[in-house]
Amino acid sequence: MAEKLLEVVDLKTSFYTGAGEVQAVRGVSFQLEKGEVLGIVGESGSGKSVMAKSIMSLIQSPGKIKQGDITWRGENLLGKSEKQLRAIRGNEISLISQDPMSALNPVVKIGKQMTEVIIRHQRVGKKEAEKRAVDLLGKVGISSPEERLKQYPHELSGGMKQRIMIGMSISCQPELLIADEPTTALDVTIQSQILNLMSALKDKEQMALILITHDLGVVAENCERVLVMYGGLIMEEGPVKELFQNPKHPYTEGLLRSLPKRSNGVKERLVPIQGSPPDLLNPPQGCPFADRCPYVMDKCAELPPYFKVDSERKTMCWLHESEEGDNHE
Amino acid sequence: MKKVILKRFLNAIPLLFIISIIAFLLIKLAPGDPIQSFVTPDMNPDDVERMRKSLGLDQPIYMQYILWLQNILTGNFGYSIITKRPVLDMIIERIPATLGLMGASLLLSLIIAIPLGMITAVKKNTIFDRIANFFAYIGISIPGFWFGLMLIYVFSLQLGLLPSMGMRTVGTDSIWDVMKHGILPATVLAFQNISVYMRYIRSSTIRQLDEDYVQIQYAYGASKRHVLFNHVLRNVLLPVITIIGLSIPNLVGGAFITETVFSWPGLGLLGVTSIFSFDYPVIMAITLFSSVMLILGNLIADILYSVVDPRIRLRG
Repeated sequence: MAEKLLEVVDLKTSFYTGAGEVQAVRGVSFQLEKGEVLGIVGESGSGKSVMAKSIMSLIQSPGKIKQGDITWRGENLLGKSEKQLRAIRGNEISLISQDPMSALNPVVKIGKQMTEVIIRHQRVGKKEAEKRAVDLLGKVGISSPEERLKQYPHELSGGMKQRIMIGMSISCQPELLIADEPTTALDVTIQSQILNLMSALKDKEQMALILITHDLGVVAENCERVLVMYGGLIMEEGPVKELFQNPKHPYTEGLLRSLPKRSNGVKERLVPIQGSPPDLLNPPQGCPFADRCPYVMDKCAELPPYFKVDSERKTMCWLHESEEGDNHE
Repeated sequence: MKKVILKRFLNAIPLLFIISIIAFLLIKLAPGDPIQSFVTPDMNPDDVERMRKSLGLDQPIYMQYILWLQNILTGNFGYSIITKRPVLDMIIERIPATLGLMGASLLLSLIIAIPLGMITAVKKNTIFDRIANFFAYIGISIPGFWFGLMLIYVFSLQLGLLPSMGMRTVGTDSIWDVMKHGILPATVLAFQNISVYMRYIRSSTIRQLDEDYVQIQYAYGASKRHVLFNHVLRNVLLPVITIIGLSIPNLVGGAFITETVFSWPGLGLLGVTSIFSFDYPVIMAITLFSSVMLILGNLIADILYSVVDPRIRLRG
């Protein structure tokens, strides 16, 4: 077993709004190893992004991490001071966000934004930082990097901006890069370029990657392991290939069935998942998917524990109780 | 860039032309015959008629306008009916007092409003924010002339700290003396602007703090302070340039009242006294001058905006 990089235990994050407590993440546990690529899939509002922000302690008022432990390289992140966290953010753990259009400050030159991060964490001079920024832009495949540094974000295309964001995010050789829907705002041809770039860099820099997306195709192509999130909980976890071939949770099954297949030219109707996701203001007591689940049973009114279906896979569904009953955590 | 600025200037000319017509007509429509100020008891009706002719007041109104415009374009604003001095001289000697007062109040309002607006945004919904907002509402609601009188009552009459009127103490000639005289009027002029700017900067900062790039900055280890001053501030200041441009009319209008309350010897006071004494040439000159100031102010704001915001480039 490889070295454990990140361990999240029973993480709960809520937002305290005027209408009440919105429980965005309701008890999530997972581990990440050094150099691993972990996919997190789920629909909008499933708690993916909130979880990513929680890992970096970026939750802002009215949001709050209510409970849980986040252990980063053996140290508890939640016990750290803001100053200690700042030394980790962008340096050891870095982030790429969904929309490159708005991720860069529109009135500050690219070069300044990039060198700021390098100077902050690497303690180098301005000249050296600029040199490194040029190298980074080269690495992420941007032509004439010296000129780009003098440009403002609006002078560049979306794909270029996302490349620059990637360059910025890896500028301090982080050990973990969290990519929160990195390709959602880009068009399809650019999407694959960006993903290829990211996996190439991941190998070169030997960093772990958490890829958050609602695109199952992206996960299948890029990830080793995947978490399926729904209603602020992890529904199922396992290696990508097995999980997709043989889903153990009705929600995963539903997700896969709602994907278009073009394998053998047979036209097949897509099967959508009926209903809508649970209200996180008043989350259901039992399984969050029970309302939409075709296999719903009486027992589903009670929240299932995780059942280990094999050594690497677990699922939160009563269907697998009898199967691996004595194995549950 | 230079070409664009020149073009903007040329565009302002028709506007000035229209304003000159309106200024001229308004005065013509106002009650009171200017000839009355020249009539002395020993003049007979023939003399009055001759006088009218020599002043060009017997001409049709459009001819009067053209004559007036011709004179103005050659720098001749006529003579004051009251003081018999050239209007241009009277205006020029008043300009420093008014510009100084406006500049001081603008500076004062920005120095107070920018930090206050940003702090209240960061401390949104705290007691500090609520108190600041309460005062902002008061600031917006209080009429300037009343506030001026109150300040005079407290600081000049009761405390005796600051002079209540004028710009200089007779016999002294120091900058400090002028500044002391300027504190109260500049405060009155600034008070309303502070409230408006502060609330504007507050809401603009709140909006900026929600932007993705702020989150990303935090994610790359930036401190709150760094994000606020190196990233948010710039974005917040951009629209402030526009509201400064837009608040120049307020300053000009406010100067009329404030200068009167404090007997500040600027253009506003000159304007008010001229209106009460039917000093038409002076009124028209001041109207024109204020308009030029407005147009120039907005033009400068326009140009400045395109200089500081890289996303906006002026096109001709």
